[in-house]
Amino acid sequence: MIGRTERAAIRPYRPWKRWAIGAFVVALYVWAVWGLEGLSWRRIASGYDGILRIIGVMFPPDWSYAHPTVTQGIIESIEIALLGSTMAALLAVPFGFLAAQNVNRVVSRVGKFLLDLIRTFPEILLAVVFMKAVGPGAYAGVMAVGVHSIGMLGKLYAESVETIDPGPVEALRASGANSLQIAWYAVLPQVMPEFLSYAIYRFEINVRAATVLGLVGAGGIGTPLIFNLQRRNWDRVAMILLGVIVAVSVIDWISARVRKKLVEG
Amino acid sequence: MSMAERPSASSIPVAPPKRSPLKWVWLLVLVAIYWKSFADTNVRPLQLITGFPEMMDLFRRMRPDWPLFVSYMPRMWPHLMETLRIALLSTTIGAIMTIPMNVLAARNINRIPWLYSGSKAVLNLVRTLPDLLLASIFVAALGIGPLAGVAALSVFSFGIIAKLTSESVEAIDPGPVEALHAVGANTVQLIGYAVVPQVLPQFLAYSLYVFEINIRVAAVLGLVGAGGIGEWIMRDLNLFRYRHAAVIMIIILAFVVIIDVISTKVRERLV
Repeated sequence: MIGRTERAAIRPYRPWKRWAIGAFVVALYVWAVWGLEGLSWRRIASGYDGILRIIGVMFPPDWSYAHPTVTQGIIESIEIALLGSTMAALLAVPFGFLAAQNVNRVVSRVGKFLLDLIRTFPEILLAVVFMKAVGPGAYAGVMAVGVHSIGMLGKLYAESVETIDPGPVEALRASGANSLQIAWYAVLPQVMPEFLSYAIYRFEINVRAATVLGLVGAGGIGTPLIFNLQRRNWDRVAMILLGVIVAVSVIDWISARVRKKLVEG
Repeated sequence: MSMAERPSASSIPVAPPKRSPLKWVWLLVLVAIYWKSFADTNVRPLQLITGFPEMMDLFRRMRPDWPLFVSYMPRMWPHLMETLRIALLSTTIGAIMTIPMNVLAARNINRIPWLYSGSKAVLNLVRTLPDLLLASIFVAALGIGPLAGVAALSVFSFGIIAKLTSESVEAIDPGPVEALHAVGANTVQLIGYAVVPQVLPQFLAYSLYVFEINIRVAAVLGLVGAGGIGEWIMRDLNLFRYRHAAVIMIIILAFVVIIDVISTKVRERLV
């Protein structure tokens, strides 16, 4: 390992390179600001005033709205996240095994590429596409969350499978077990706690994702949110935000505790 | 990982695990939760599998051909660039906004307990709000367009960059800080000479990482009206122009991959 200072000494001093990078960055920002549609000082100033005014009318939040609308919406969001995460947790198992390098090298590359591809499409984009197939509602949301999560879970599962202790695998192979028996008796018991822990972590992320699915019509708390935003019911919007903050924090806290218990055994 | 660090084979349970009555209670609770979830969301368990043919059929109808790609790509170019502009500006604004927060939320620099916990609390609060939720609120406040997207992603970037950087500040080498303390430097001098040189590369690397995330989010901001190319996917889907929508998705995919490659290269050089 070469330390920072030594590396800096090795690298030749080229001032023109610094200037070139600087000029490029400046040009990039000029380009970005110049071309942004609807950008003007007046708009920024009025927008700033607007936001301050909105924050003003957000308080106090409309407490009467908390139950049943907000609680039901949030429960639905959590349910969408739960079902989607469960679906992904199961479907990601075959992906995880196929994408693991110690199972098959060629298949692994294809598998990892597929998983990266899936991950690139955000839930909300999948949701609007799936809604075209199955109509608006929680079902499209569950499918979107489920499919998108396969990407991350499959990758984490594969890494888990890659770092197992090869001892039991070799022992079973030596005693004449087939691949399925090896996977069931030697690999699964080793990776199960990690798989579960990753799935719960993904559930945590999915709760956040599920709160916005309703903005495009795929169920959950986003549905009343977009309704109230369009009607400028800011006190109700504030109540929904409060509900989301509380729900996300509580889920994070529970999930972190369960995961800690799982990994420590 | 060496052999010695691996979990030994003896850690794999040989005897069947004990079944305590409490475990059954938990199992029952879990079954009840799933039961209620399926009932509330109107999803039948089998549907999650039987739904796939419908999806596949949709994907078949979405398959674009090359001529469409060539003719549609130039028309989408300005919207793709708007997506890039949103991500670039919001990451920058977010990163600049974090500068005071990076030291306020670092225990080793900010010695005032209430100010430190207050800063941490603000950061945690900001990070609980999902990106598109912020975007939808800014759309209602600022009107439809990329300005709302920039505002929303700035707040979103602020939360992540400040958390990562303040944790880096907490992990700096205390030597220079103590040395400057000893010679009587004030707080500003201390931060300028002991903290900034140590965390600047990481701060830039985190900002680039958040930029990568923001590109992905900016591509879908249009679904809630906050500018960028996502708006055009929505329009094409609503007009049942599935193949056009697919072209846009391929463009986004390629764009995200290119940005990731460039950003990863730069980040590797920084740290």
